[in-house]
Amino acid sequence: MIDRFANSGFHPFVLPFLVGMIFVLTYCFFGMVRIIWELPGKDRRRFFLSLVTPRTAWKNVKDIFLNCLIHVKLWKRNPVLGYMHSSIAFGWFMIILLGHIEVMLFLPERIRFFYYPIFFNFFVAEGESTIQGSVLMFLMDFFLLIILSGIAMAIVKRFASLWFGMRRTTRLSFLDSVGLYSLWAIFPLRLLSESFTAHISGGSFLTVPMNRMFVWFFGNDMNYLPTWWAYSIALGIFMIVLPFTRYMHIPAEMLLIPLRNAGIRIIHPRKGFARVQVRSCPGCGVCIDACPMSVKKENLKDCTVYLNRQIRRGNEKRIAEISDKCLLCGKCTEVCQVGVPGPEMRLAQRSLRKYSINPHYSNIQVDPFIDAIPTGTRVLYFAGCMTHLTPGIKKSVLSLLDKAGASYSVMDPDGGLCCGRPMMMAGRDEQAREMIRLNTEIIRASGCNVLLLSCPICYRIFKEKYKLGNIRIVHHSVYFNELIHAGRLKVNREEALKLVYHDPCELGRGCGIYDEPREAVSAAGTLVEARQNHAESICCGGSLGSITLSYEKREGITRNSVDNLMAGSPDAIVTACPLCLSTFNKYADVPVKDLATVLDEKC
Amino acid sequence: MDFGFSLSPSSAVNLDKVDLSLYDRLAAIDPGIRTCIGCGSCSATCTASAYSGMSVRKVLLAMQRGRMQEVEKMLSNCMLCGKCTMVCPRGINTRRLILNACRLYANVEGEA
Ligand code: SF4
Ligand code: SF4
Ligand code: SF4
Ligand code: SF4
Ligand code: SF4
Repeated sequence: MIDRFANSGFHPFVLPFLVGMIFVLTYCFFGMVRIIWELPGKDRRRFFLSLVTPRTAWKNVKDIFLNCLIHVKLWKRNPVLGYMHSSIAFGWFMIILLGHIEVMLFLPERIRFFYYPIFFNFFVAEGESTIQGSVLMFLMDFFLLIILSGIAMAIVKRFASLWFGMRRTTRLSFLDSVGLYSLWAIFPLRLLSESFTAHISGGSFLTVPMNRMFVWFFGNDMNYLPTWWAYSIALGIFMIVLPFTRYMHIPAEMLLIPLRNAGIRIIHPRKGFARVQVRSCPGCGVCIDACPMSVKKENLKDCTVYLNRQIRRGNEKRIAEISDKCLLCGKCTEVCQVGVPGPEMRLAQRSLRKYSINPHYSNIQVDPFIDAIPTGTRVLYFAGCMTHLTPGIKKSVLSLLDKAGASYSVMDPDGGLCCGRPMMMAGRDEQAREMIRLNTEIIRASGCNVLLLSCPICYRIFKEKYKLGNIRIVHHSVYFNELIHAGRLKVNREEALKLVYHDPCELGRGCGIYDEPREAVSAAGTLVEARQNHAESICCGGSLGSITLSYEKREGITRNSVDNLMAGSPDAIVTACPLCLSTFNKYADVPVKDLATVLDEKC
Repeated sequence: MDFGFSLSPSSAVNLDKVDLSLYDRLAAIDPGIRTCIGCGSCSATCTASAYSGMSVRKVLLAMQRGRMQEVEKMLSNCMLCGKCTMVCPRGINTRRLILNACRLYANVEGEA
């Protein structure tokens, strides 16, 4: 192993790379400091603490490796795209790592020049003269080949994204294209330059044959300097434009993962954690196809990828429009490999709004509610606003409770207060908290030990925001399933009845309840699945999450969701949300029923 | 002197003196609100009506008559529960209407 530039260790061609590298490192360093600075003090301490806690520190390393380099989530969704991304990311990482190993093994005094590992083959001669040397050279060629296969796929994909099963991709901005083309150029140029010098530096199965061919073709080795220059320039351009392109997601995600593992949540709609979130979105566009709103062309630009983009650009008008239209169904977050929380980001934007009328509920007396609840109540049923509009559900729930011989009372027999979730969905947390306070007072005073709910919208806020001590908060789908298992409800199963279960967003993605309702449905008939189900179920379109979508504009969303449910040609659609029920009822061709009604009919 | 009866204050509205701009601005944002037929379904289901007399129908009417204090009073207990939206036969997005009214209210001149 011979250092060709033993005295200086320098050649001017490394300059473009060096400038780009210093720039991007400085940029990322200050960006990181700024974001950590913007976190609330409590979160900052929590973050630093998590970095030194062995369990979270290990989780950070593991998650960064699996998500940023291997792209496991993408593999699961689309193996072709998974291979494409991980071949480039992991291959590049390996090349950089192997470069460092080479320098450390053979020229340890050069490790402080951080271009040596990148341009090792330019600076050394007879690199493969030792066993380790030739193994490393082999690995270098191997990973370069992997990257090149990924790049080739990327090029094909750009021009034929349909083959890869993506209906819509985002359009690139000018700088994004510069970044993209320089990224594409880096690896073929590396192959060329290493091939041109392979008879000096040594090489392996790729570079050596190419070198023979070049020598035979050109008859001299005059071409190697221009290609090394070009390689360095491509690297330099890529790194200089990186902060202004979607490739910023690479460093951003490495900060996002530890922050998320530290349990930090979005507080400020733009700063701190929210800033890392929007920076971590590479604009892959997976959320566009997933979003239920995108059945209509006019809504395409309201998906999470565009929210992130507009926040990066600071376009307030569009940010407000995009934030207000969303159904908050959570599907985009479910499919996103970065895990950008679309609904939370939007709620944070909504909470920015200033109002001149601020509702308050201090005039509302809770005593009449408390007095109406008999003492000794064990199960307290809260129907909630939505169930009051679908009285059939309430009737079935009460009838099932009677059949099971449960002792219960109804908290809001003639209508009560709202649970607060719809208000919270509008970003008005202060108002919501006041409603929570009133309801909490009633529930605690009732002396119950189970709070039964039939609306997932209520259920979610009760689970997440209410502090009810030992009182068990339970959704009727879970509760009735338990009663069936305990033998307190005898359901006569009708084999021939095919039922499809629709996962309500707030119950499924919102609270992670998927299996109990299905078990209960299976007790009444034969369960069939929708095309997209469980965490990927499609919102009915009725959601209170959207502020600006009027009901006529939701028809397409609902029809698409019904269509998805009809995949197994069921005899009826079963859901566990009063709002889904009334929304589907408008457009479905088969009967739509709440789970409680289905069970009650068969009991 | 007690005549055994009293006169209620005049409820006549002088349209030259009141400010109707809130209604117009809300209608500019969502023209759908002009299609209200005053059926009262929203009032019948309203969660807040028992506390502040809230009714989307009345809010729309009061805005068109410039009776802004009534509007403010009614809105002050709305819980944004969305029942009114669900029952409205004209498909009016009442939650959007309520939120925008709360937001834009202060820029309107006081009651006549
Ligand atoms: S939000 Fe997630 S799914 Fe959507 S474009 Fe960004 S990374 Fe892709
Ligand atoms: S939460 Fe649902 S409606 Fe909103 S952007 Fe995401 S997928 Fe679309
Ligand atoms: S009504 Fe049901 S499906 Fe629709 S948003 Fe709500 S929970 Fe989701
Ligand atoms: S959203 Fe407001 S106005 Fe409409 S029903 Fe609920 S409380 Fe009444
Ligand atoms: S339900 Fe609709 S149409 Fe009827 S009064 Fe209310 S807003 Fe008007």
